[in-house]
Amino acid sequence: MSLESLRLGLTPGEMAVVRRTLGREPNEVEWCIIDAEWSEHSSYKSSKALLKLFPTKGKRVVLGPGYDAGVVDVGDGYVVTLHIESHNHPSAVDPYGGASTGIGGVLRDILSMGTRPIALIDVLRFGDIERSPHSRWLFANVVRGIADYGNCVGVPTVAGDIEFDDSFERNCLVDVACLGVGRKEGLILGEAKNPGDILVLVGGSTGRDGIRGATFASKNLSETAETERSSVQVPDPFTKKLLLDSLLEAAATGLIRGMKDLGGGGLSTALSEVASSGGTGVDVELERVNVRESDMSPAEVMTSESQERMLLMLPPKGSEPILRVLAKYEVPCSVIGKVTDDGYLTVRMGGRVVARLPAAFVVKAPLIAWPSRRPRVSAAKPTVAASARTDRMLLSLLASPNIASKAWVYGQYDHEVGLRTVLRPGQADSALLRLPNGRLLAVKGDGNSAQCSQDPYNGAAGCVAEACRNVVAVGADPIAMVDHLQFGDPSDPEVYWSFGESIRGMADYCSALHIPVVGGKVSFYNEDSTSKRAIKPSPIALVVGLVDDAKHIPSLGFGVKGEPIVVIGNTSAELGGSEFYRRVHTEGGVVPKVEPETDKALYPAVLRLIRSGLVDAVHDCSQGGLGVALAEMCSSGGVGAKVDLRRAPGDWRGVDDLVFSESHGRFVVAGAETEGIVDVLAAAKIPHAVVGAVGGGALSMRLPGHDRASTLALDAIQRSLEGTIPRLMG
Amino acid sequence: MKVAVVRFPGSNCDLDAVEAIRRIGVAGMTSQLVWHESEELTKFDAVVLPGGFSFGDYLRAGSIAARSPAISKIRRMADEGIPVLGICNGFQILVEAGLLPGALLRNSGLRFVCAWTDVRVENADTPFTRIAHEGQVLRMPIAHGEGRYYAPEEELRRLKRDHRIVFRYSDAEGRATDESNPTGTTYGIAGISNEGGNVVGLMPHPERACDPLLSPYSSDDGRLVFRSLLGGAGG
Repeated sequence: MSLESLRLGLTPGEMAVVRRTLGREPNEVEWCIIDAEWSEHSSYKSSKALLKLFPTKGKRVVLGPGYDAGVVDVGDGYVVTLHIESHNHPSAVDPYGGASTGIGGVLRDILSMGTRPIALIDVLRFGDIERSPHSRWLFANVVRGIADYGNCVGVPTVAGDIEFDDSFERNCLVDVACLGVGRKEGLILGEAKNPGDILVLVGGSTGRDGIRGATFASKNLSETAETERSSVQVPDPFTKKLLLDSLLEAAATGLIRGMKDLGGGGLSTALSEVASSGGTGVDVELERVNVRESDMSPAEVMTSESQERMLLMLPPKGSEPILRVLAKYEVPCSVIGKVTDDGYLTVRMGGRVVARLPAAFVVKAPLIAWPSRRPRVSAAKPTVAASARTDRMLLSLLASPNIASKAWVYGQYDHEVGLRTVLRPGQADSALLRLPNGRLLAVKGDGNSAQCSQDPYNGAAGCVAEACRNVVAVGADPIAMVDHLQFGDPSDPEVYWSFGESIRGMADYCSALHIPVVGGKVSFYNEDSTSKRAIKPSPIALVVGLVDDAKHIPSLGFGVKGEPIVVIGNTSAELGGSEFYRRVHTEGGVVPKVEPETDKALYPAVLRLIRSGLVDAVHDCSQGGLGVALAEMCSSGGVGAKVDLRRAPGDWRGVDDLVFSESHGRFVVAGAETEGIVDVLAAAKIPHAVVGAVGGGALSMRLPGHDRASTLALDAIQRSLEGTIPRLMG
Repeated sequence: MKVAVVRFPGSNCDLDAVEAIRRIGVAGMTSQLVWHESEELTKFDAVVLPGGFSFGDYLRAGSIAARSPAISKIRRMADEGIPVLGICNGFQILVEAGLLPGALLRNSGLRFVCAWTDVRVENADTPFTRIAHEGQVLRMPIAHGEGRYYAPEEELRRLKRDHRIVFRYSDAEGRATDESNPTGTTYGIAGISNEGGNVVGLMPHPERACDPLLSPYSSDDGRLVFRSLLGGAGG
């Protein structure tokens, strides 16, 4: 076989590094191993240097980036693990299989730490489902894939975020995050620390599905993507469930020395990483690998990404209890080799050495610093037809798929299984889960590609800020974050510039707010195969927060008639990247600016309001602005409100700014004791205003320049919010 | 009262059922996870077949578990009058095993449905409804793709005649309407019993409605299903 026929993703420069370091020409198997591990997907070669900007330490951080999952201490000896993955390219080609196996992958990351997966969160991006049948097809099947897989393995899907935008028409984004819980002393790492330990490959058989998937994910989706379906793994949630149950039972024996999930890059990546991080070597015999097809070549076995497989490091003697547990669940396993002390990844087939590479070299792909250039911003001023009436526009925004209720989606997900769900999708700004020590864990993932494409610094920082607000709105202190950075081709200087700006924005915000980033993922090469246009920059922030006491959990909706409504935080003329501009088909304008110094005082003040029981209803204000926030609180509570928005603080100028601007740092709350609320906010120097009261059957808003109040009937609000997605999806 | 919660490969509400019974904390009632191949099963006083996707729900939901050795044991226990409760996938298994009549088809919307529902107690004379009263409305969640109960007309007549319909979907006031029937089941049926009344299957999850903190409606109505086990007959 010639080198060309291997279809490697390695650049000529990288191949030269390989030859120079090894001092010889690698054989085919070795080329394939290096190719898998040096793919962007596995090596982070284009992003590693910039990712160092993230703050990764904090008093609760047990393990930060670099492990299968981040680990945070939640008290009383318990830890929470969190990780996020994407399966964008596979989902663009095979939405059902791609989305399902994406969940499969992230579950294994949590499981391999020895922790029990307790929640799934997905952040999805599709094209315009109002116009595109292709996007509706992707959307329907991604949701079905997530539902079928998550429901079957018995891990609840508790939160998410969905955005529709033309730039995702061909390259949809499917990000899945998973949370786990366990005892701190029970944590297991993916390290082969003890020479002499045996390597046991557990779970599904190794087949030709998903071969070179990491390389597939590290290229632009080609027009021949249809032929790449064999690069998508086959989902098997039942096997995953058995793997889960058996490995959790096995982990409880305390005998597992190390555990590593087989994901991107398959055995190549898993073996080289456990050896290099353990400071050891490994020696494996591929004939021991349980293969699905008998004629697989060593390179195929090494790079297959067949699902539901896990690598265990076990002591050479005394591991029978583990094998008994696996046998009980009829989970296949085979001893494929042992840990050595020579630092090499040695691969044999029938005793013959077919690859021998220094493990530490395999995992260290040369880093790339791509050229970066700030894109020219169009100077066109946004144009908005003056005729649009505010109440009609607000109804139209409520009916926009981006804002409309996602009940059609989460109604298909089991969000109750596990007996931990305190707040479920649609019920609040974040999900809230009960932990074994009685504390509650809040989680929410957010992104905003429209803002990030115009101003990646503020846009990306804004994603973190929005996720923080959502977590704060249910009464939780933000304690940690994982990120997922999704961009186009990094060799495009404008893409790489926006990548760098996004990281800087998120890193600065996290540093100021003391939110450690405990893990993350980067996905490049997301672009439309037809138009060759990159997706809009899509950084995602997933924030977790902690509630100490379940006594005061506010609701999202207005509940108590007559209760005063308070708008917290300044509204500015910041309509850039807003849902309003998308709806009126205009671009430009100022993207909302993050104010970390203000937020540092804002979050504790809002938490004080919640924990002292001063507020009954709390809602974060973001997409769609104050108008949408108020309408959602009316809809959720089933009661109207009467407000004079002219009192809202900030330097907003016109009606559109006031109602639709997506300025950060804002909440809407309602509570009986106005004085108490105002005192807390005034003491923290947070701008605020009492704007009206809960009650009636409509949302009635006094607005500047209008003689009469703009009034939206409650049932019209609910119809707009609830009707859109079922109407489009059937 | 020792309650066995049977774990098949692919069960996923097994731990929840054990935990719910433990948290209810009724004196004299304990629950234990029992692996489906275990010989211990016959030593228990009641059996819960939990929800999930036993054996991946390959072929049809519950069809493989229905043919497992555990079901032969449970069949004998049921004949002896031991209370057996099938929740969700457990109900599907009991129907597939022929311990309960009818069939559970794909939901009328052809999609998985996860939602809180109201069900009305139609028969308060089973081991799982004994402390409820007829017409009482319980709020419990459902989460399934194949839960549309179906029985042919003849069978339905028999079920009605023998008071073997245990739960029907209803609105909060206890009226069974088309709107209150989330999956399009025959006659709004949410749960039924066998002729002896000791084997009950239902689609809603009582174990998920035992703690007000975990319900958007602060419901703990599911406790009643488990507490009923002790409620009558000297429990």
